[in-house]
Amino acid sequence: MSAVPVIAALPLNAPGFWRRAARHHSFVLGAVLTLLLVFTALLSFVWTPFSPYDVDMAAKMMPPDARHWLGTDAYGRDIVSLLLVGARASIAVGLIAVGIGLVIGTAFGLLAAAERGWVEEAIMRLADFGFAFPAILSAIMLTAVFGGGMVNAIIAIGIYNIPTFARITRASANAVWSREFILAARACGKGKLAITMEHVLPNILSVLIVQATIRFAIAILAEAALSYLGLGTQPPQPSWGRMLSEAQTLLFQSPMLAVYPGVAIALAVLGLNLLGDGLSDLFDPRLTRKR
Amino acid sequence: MSLFLFKRLITLVATLIGASVVVFLVLEVLPGNAAQMLMGPDASPEAVHALAVKLGIDLPPLQRYGNWIAGLLTGDLGLSYAYSTPVADLVFERLSLTIPLALMAMTITTIVALAAGVFAAARHNKLGDVGVMGISQIGIAIPNFWFAILLILLFSVHLRWFSAGGFPGWDDGIFEGVKSLMLPAISLAVVQAAILTRITRSAVLEVSREDFVRTARAKGVSRRGTLWGHVLRNAMIPVITVMGLQFAELLAGTIVIENVFYLPGLGRLIFQSISNRDLIVVRNCVMLLAAMVVVVNFVVDLLYAVIDPRVKPSDI
Repeated sequence: MSAVPVIAALPLNAPGFWRRAARHHSFVLGAVLTLLLVFTALLSFVWTPFSPYDVDMAAKMMPPDARHWLGTDAYGRDIVSLLLVGARASIAVGLIAVGIGLVIGTAFGLLAAAERGWVEEAIMRLADFGFAFPAILSAIMLTAVFGGGMVNAIIAIGIYNIPTFARITRASANAVWSREFILAARACGKGKLAITMEHVLPNILSVLIVQATIRFAIAILAEAALSYLGLGTQPPQPSWGRMLSEAQTLLFQSPMLAVYPGVAIALAVLGLNLLGDGLSDLFDPRLTRKR
Repeated sequence: MSLFLFKRLITLVATLIGASVVVFLVLEVLPGNAAQMLMGPDASPEAVHALAVKLGIDLPPLQRYGNWIAGLLTGDLGLSYAYSTPVADLVFERLSLTIPLALMAMTITTIVALAAGVFAAARHNKLGDVGVMGISQIGIAIPNFWFAILLILLFSVHLRWFSAGGFPGWDDGIFEGVKSLMLPAISLAVVQAAILTRITRSAVLEVSREDFVRTARAKGVSRRGTLWGHVLRNAMIPVITVMGLQFAELLAGTIVIENVFYLPGLGRLIFQSISNRDLIVVRNCVMLLAAMVVVVNFVVDLLYAVIDPRVKPSDI
């Protein structure tokens, strides 16, 4: 939303960067929560207390105990196991959907900034037009035609991300194109493609990384909403959104079933948002100079 | 008419036409034989053809598109396959819930965000500011449909102040209608209020550091006078831009929230129509929502120009 993007090359090797990062509360908390999310998803590949696919009606809706730390759901499935495996769906959808938006949107943004004129105008008008279809609306159109599923959810959220990345890339790249070192590169005879790849892209990477982190969080929320509606991840694959949908029918009997998946989603999104805020501060050269 | 307005109107119309082409291609051309899809694979070819003729989908795509657009402009949206009633009647009936719901959510968002944002900015880096920022960070991370479920748990299951879902209609009185939309509106508003609070706070802080604010204070204008007379007006520029985008998000969000509370609005109609494979209803509802999003953004652009004199070209 920032009107004037702050452009700087990735300062990961800059002296004192990691020391400043370690002192930045948002960054540290965000990184810890995000690593926890990734660790949870990875752990589920090698270990879960029980199989999240095994239905055991004799053990349905058990309260928390030593065997089932958070109890069981209406089908007797272990909640901890469902939460662990559910993290996979969130990460998979987030990674691929943001990847689609990042690759295609950035390419269009770079093209717009390099060519200017009618190409830029056309791409930006297309991006404006993309905003007419929020993720849920795109997903509904795809689902109406092809049916629900994780792939359609990924495509819908990915398409939704493209205009955002195109706009941010173009704004940031335009700022880089107006710099003196670009003029020098042009004077040396470098073409637009070479300048874009060697000078523009490395200088807008920090902006893109921050944006990717934030869009990842939004993708997790969108996936959860679509799965809640039954349009996203399909059974028997566990997903946090569908766990909430199933829990809603049991609100009177077992209200806590509706609490755990929501807390998992909120922590994952909070972690990514804090990480994005932290990175945004750490990559901002104006804040670096102030310190 | 100013050149600015004219250019924006052209963009608006072009965007609406583009959106209609996408909706038509995805929901009308991509599925192939929609009549076959509606009747299932076991239907006889004669029955499929009869339905295709009834729905007007036996015509060439370009003609169907032209008919659809003509229908949209005259209010004739065709006949719902599942409900056997005109789509326009269905949509109009459902909008009487969805529009008030989105407006209630936007009102709650605006009141909470402006109050909390200005409160936090006035206490920059103090406890109040840190508290508001912490709460807003959590608010942004909460899925609105989960917050809706938590509200049902608290206010419907435990306290029994509100019903857990459903809508009695406006015939039972405005109070009953508003009451049944209160929890859904709060659920929709929470995330948007959290985002707008942060935008308001940073906008107020940024404008407070401007030279003209210092000049106003130096001339003896009170803190309150400076805030209301100078800071807020200028701080509203980014706030209104975000509000426009948020209203679009709220409209899309009604699809999920109406399903949480079993509200018979446009969002639930879309959802039910997908289950019924009633593509004609899905197509018109998606187009309507997309059009509302585009028009809201257009209005925001105009407001932006009214509030910020720098945006206005010389002829506005």
